[in-house]
Amino acid sequence: MANLLEVEGLTKRFGGLVAVKDVSFGIPPGEILGLIGPNGSGKSTVMKLIMGIERPNAGAVRLDGTDVAGWPTHRIARAGVGLVFQHSRPLHRQTVLENIKLALLPDSLTRLFAGTDIENRTREIAARVGLSKVMDRLPSTLPFADLRRMELAKAIARNPKVVLVDEPFAGLTSAEVRDFSELIASFRAEGHAVLLVDHNVKSVAALVDRVFAMYLGERVAVGTADEVMRDETVRRVYLGGAIETATRPERDFQGRPPLLQVEDVSVFYGKAQALERVSLHVGEGEFVSVVGLNGAGKTTLFNAISGLVPYAGTVRFATEPLRGRTAAQIARGGVVQCPESRELFGEMSVRENLDLGGQHLPRDQAEERLAWLLDLFPILNARARQAARTLSGGEQQMLAIARALMMQPRLLILDEPTLGLAPVILEQLSKALERLRQTHDTTVLLGEQNVTFALPHADRVYVLEHARIVWEGDPARFAQEAGTGYL
Amino acid sequence: MRSWISAAVVGVVLALLPFAVGSYILGLLVFGFYYAVFAMSWDLLFGFAGEVNFGPSFLIGVGAYAAALLNHYFNTPIPLCLVAAAVAAVVAGLILAVPALRLTGPYFGLITLVAVLLLQTFIVLYSGITGGEIGLDLPDVFANGEVRANYWIALAFMSISGAILFGLSRSAVGLILQASGQDRIEAAALGYNVTKHKLAAFCISALFSGLAGAMLIFSQGTASVGLVVDIAVGVQAIIGAVLGGRRTIFGAAIGAIFLVAAQELLRPLGQLSIFVVSAFALLVILFFPGGFLGAVGALGGVLGRSAR
Repeated sequence: MANLLEVEGLTKRFGGLVAVKDVSFGIPPGEILGLIGPNGSGKSTVMKLIMGIERPNAGAVRLDGTDVAGWPTHRIARAGVGLVFQHSRPLHRQTVLENIKLALLPDSLTRLFAGTDIENRTREIAARVGLSKVMDRLPSTLPFADLRRMELAKAIARNPKVVLVDEPFAGLTSAEVRDFSELIASFRAEGHAVLLVDHNVKSVAALVDRVFAMYLGERVAVGTADEVMRDETVRRVYLGGAIETATRPERDFQGRPPLLQVEDVSVFYGKAQALERVSLHVGEGEFVSVVGLNGAGKTTLFNAISGLVPYAGTVRFATEPLRGRTAAQIARGGVVQCPESRELFGEMSVRENLDLGGQHLPRDQAEERLAWLLDLFPILNARARQAARTLSGGEQQMLAIARALMMQPRLLILDEPTLGLAPVILEQLSKALERLRQTHDTTVLLGEQNVTFALPHADRVYVLEHARIVWEGDPARFAQEAGTGYL
Repeated sequence: MRSWISAAVVGVVLALLPFAVGSYILGLLVFGFYYAVFAMSWDLLFGFAGEVNFGPSFLIGVGAYAAALLNHYFNTPIPLCLVAAAVAAVVAGLILAVPALRLTGPYFGLITLVAVLLLQTFIVLYSGITGGEIGLDLPDVFANGEVRANYWIALAFMSISGAILFGLSRSAVGLILQASGQDRIEAAALGYNVTKHKLAAFCISALFSGLAGAMLIFSQGTASVGLVVDIAVGVQAIIGAVLGGRRTIFGAAIGAIFLVAAQELLRPLGQLSIFVVSAFALLVILFFPGGFLGAVGALGGVLGRSAR
């Protein structure tokens, strides 16, 4: 059968960087193709080129035979391409129903009022994705999974020939993943062509018919999920070397007061308890990991320590209570948080971001520190003049960590550094952290969902589950004592 | 629905006002009502389309001067002048917006600001024709200057403009416009031509601004730079809209009328009155970013909770 979507020789350059290089693939009706690749591989750019958000430098995007490459987004959308965004940005003052209705309206300046047919169709679609019960609520009151459902509903509403889904399962629980898989499979059953864009084969393997793997803007493998997973190049791209765990000299924390002491800290968001009497401590020079699933309360804990949310209980830093100090005072006092959202200055260059972090240091010290950090993260040296927003996700994370280190923290808090990063990047990041731990005395408190990433570096591990600390101990004991119940 | 009912009640009260108060207050409210239309037109563009127009008085001024020149030199009757004003404002708006909307971020706002300065310079340079700083006398005035009739004309114009703009903001087109203002990529991915919708919003804003500018000069019998073109005119409309409550249309009207009234009441303070009003506006914007209507909404929520 003729392909509904046919991509041929697609190429995109950003300045000197070739983000997508001669990519070709086709999707017939009723097929799901997985487009996978680590961060920075160009898969998101391919998606944007198909949707017309970026214009290709060369190549064709044929939709049911018509070349739409270079068309403006709204015309491509009307020609029959729908995009399910990874992050939803709903209209906040409109209900869920109105948000879905938005997708059904004609692109007309004269049709002022939507007919009852549109109203009915909206309800039908809301029911199909499982939003019937919350149709009249505002998006801000919905849990994450329901917001994703809403995005899916908007795509269904346009009834596109080709559906592009950006990271379909990011941040969802396994039950939610099952629901979403069914919904996406229903696109296939109805004869749509579906393109799933994701970091790794594993998360989409059960759903896709074929996989197209990319790395550095180029095709590295095409085939069934199994074939691609067995592919030698793919394995090298994704697995790299095994994560090396290195033990370092034992340090004695006994007898000295801990650098950070959290006692009985509780935090409420309205009625919801986000932290329940959490106590933990971090010794000077220690590397402590707090592991827990998304929503367990890791970020809340770090925000309480950094003075960003009000809490009950005590937080002491170097024996001084932190209550009553502003977030800026706490940061200047040496508690530097590297938030999961990274908070880089996107328009500034890599070098400027780093210089900002070292602003308070004397010049020679700042230079010395910068040299050390560029040695620790060589990629930042290569990218020094680039605007921070043009970096890939992994590079941005390294820049965020480096900038935090420029501030000469006594305690570095890393919140979920692996968020959205592909395995090959994780490994680079992991190696950099290990070198940091081996060569430097910075005290680190790491919050992670990814246990494989969090364990090798840690001197001690806490497990946070549903707002409480449920386990504390040695990383070596984690697997047998807490590992089975973790997921 | 509640917005419509409240608006209707206020409308009836305002319509009966000439039987209760003197011509001084009525004259003041005429000013307030036209400023209300300036502010509401601006809110459609800022609150919904997400574009900041720093030069509403460009559109107001083009409309007003198109009408004034026709009336002054050709004795064109008022209704024809008003039609010409609306057309001129929309055309001038299009000439400005078509290139400006291709730019993103603060550049659109900067271009609109420059447009006002250009218009003002133009009027002053060609003072032989335009009357320059002194202004143009108009042979025609609404209702031959009868105060009550003048008041009702202004009230009717504001009510109709407000109803149309509010209705539009709550319509299907208003929804698309809000989506375009908030996230143009997502709106485009849903198949909406974002530029077309923003351009339409700009034209509607221009239409009402230009018309209101022309109506204002016919209520006063004179057209001058200080009355309809000066940056300060636009700034007052903008502050009124933000003060009353962004994205509410009706709030913009309340804020604009409040500003006009407050400045007049404080006139005994001399130059200080502008300072006091500006300081008050600043405080409201700082502490109640939702403006008057936002503050009322929040208060209503608190009262509702405590009553339960």
